[in-house]
Amino acid sequence: MSGPVVSSPHGPRPYRVDRVMLEVLLALVPGVIVMTWFFGWGTLINIALATLVAVAAEASIMLLRRRPVTPAIGDYSAVVTAVLFAISVPPTLPWWMTLLGMLFAIVLVKQLYGGLGYNPFNPAMAAYVFVLVSYPVAMTTWLAPDVLAEHPLSFAESLRLIFTGALPTGLEWDALSAATPLDEMRGKLDQGLRIEEIRQSPLWGDFGGRGWEWVANGFLLGGLYLLWRRIITWHIPAAMLLALMIAAGIFWLLDPETHPFPAFHLFSGAAILGAFFIATDPVSACTTKNGQLIFGASIGLLVFAIRTWGGYPDAVAFAVLLMNIAAPTIDHYTQPRVFGHAKDRADR
Amino acid sequence: MAAPQPYGSIIGDGLWRNNQALVALLGLCPLLATTTSATNGLGMGLATTAVLILSNVTVSLIRNLVRPEVRLPVFVLVIASFVTTVELSMQAYFYELYLVLGLFIPLIVTNCAIIGRAEAFASKNRVDRALLDAIAMGIGFTLALVALGGMRELVGQGTLFYQANLLLGEAATGLSLSLGAGFQGALVAILPPGAFIGLGLLIALKNLIDARNRRRAAARAAHPELPQAPASGAIAPG
Repeated sequence: MSGPVVSSPHGPRPYRVDRVMLEVLLALVPGVIVMTWFFGWGTLINIALATLVAVAAEASIMLLRRRPVTPAIGDYSAVVTAVLFAISVPPTLPWWMTLLGMLFAIVLVKQLYGGLGYNPFNPAMAAYVFVLVSYPVAMTTWLAPDVLAEHPLSFAESLRLIFTGALPTGLEWDALSAATPLDEMRGKLDQGLRIEEIRQSPLWGDFGGRGWEWVANGFLLGGLYLLWRRIITWHIPAAMLLALMIAAGIFWLLDPETHPFPAFHLFSGAAILGAFFIATDPVSACTTKNGQLIFGASIGLLVFAIRTWGGYPDAVAFAVLLMNIAAPTIDHYTQPRVFGHAKDRADR
Repeated sequence: MAAPQPYGSIIGDGLWRNNQALVALLGLCPLLATTTSATNGLGMGLATTAVLILSNVTVSLIRNLVRPEVRLPVFVLVIASFVTTVELSMQAYFYELYLVLGLFIPLIVTNCAIIGRAEAFASKNRVDRALLDAIAMGIGFTLALVALGGMRELVGQGTLFYQANLLLGEAATGLSLSLGAGFQGALVAILPPGAFIGLGLLIALKNLIDARNRRRAAARAAHPELPQAPASGAIAPG
């Protein structure tokens, strides 16, 4: 047996950006399949549209900056941003909101700061918040899970809904849409109902919302794949989910009538997706191990606080953006001691 | 003391080179908070300009009477008196606009741009220069406010100079521009984040223009045989 002679060191192949991004895209597949199963073609149409816009925007900005275009497109980071955005927004979002969101993400949040590696904020989440704050009604109109069993929207009908806003004849929004589990829980709690009464509704599954918990399971599978492939480490997801569970658990133990079971928090909104795919963004998250624990746990606590007392039903995007600002400071104070230097002499 | 600044340079500083909103970044509180529309920006800018003119002239007049140790409290008192005057006048003549701008009119007192000009310019210069400086700085500030307000209004609401009649009388109703009722604006532009993003874009635009002017000036200096561009007044690099 003969092969090329390679000199030492014989380490593993270094990870390249495009490899990492492709693995992330691969890991998103199960969640996307489950979403498409429950919420229809809209998710896939949004992914295609967002990807198209994001790549085009990235290429145009690179041309404007007189930088080589191919490496920026070829690292698939714009595609990951687009897919993360597309699976966070409702599958019926009008096409031009996706367009605006992706332009905001790529041009303002990513490229104005210098491109991949320089953006202080997670572009997909910044775009999500931009569209949510600007167009709250469209962004909180979700299809009811399983509604497609009664009123199947064909691919062509989904396409027409997204591009012209026209529903198939004989259908009303009221028949198609339903509050998301977090929205429902929050609205009913505000009306003074107790958890048991709220959970009578057919919207609920075993832990979170029907359909929604399976979407979360899909993303959990992808997240475990990323951990197995060592694309991400356990620090941020574990800290975030644990903090969210502990905070929710404390309040649930104190008053189980008005605070949902901790598993509800994990499996209802974007908590799982956020913990494995969004908070772990290698650019905008903390880089030191201790810092990542603090970063993740703070996101978990913020998610609980905003969901419980804040103005919007889900909170992952806001929590991630808030901690993105804090990440450089956290990194600064959690620098590990340099080997061979005394602690107090460590150059901070 | 160095030779007094020439008049042209004072105007250039106020309108462009040392624009209080885009370069000095002073008076950010009213700049960010009240520029939800071009009309609001114009109203706020004019009120600030009025206070700035009155305070600069007064400070310049009393500059040799006030001991340096107490000059800042005296400046604040002067500014506060004029702000009260302007506030009461707005309440009398532009009541609707006064309601819209609300708390930010009395807060002109704390606008750093005004005390900044009093301290940095009026207290060291003769009345004529102080007056010119106040007018130039005020107009520069107002233009930035109107530009930012117009941007945010256009993106967020699809209108320009909506309700201009509140400020400029019924004749100005025709000034209002609308992109049509079907326009779904990005609400974020009118909310506070939009102010920060908009201001950042305006500053970037100004820096872009400056950089281009500098490049052109450098090119002209390197090739004196090329035809010289006509002096472009305030924008010419100093």
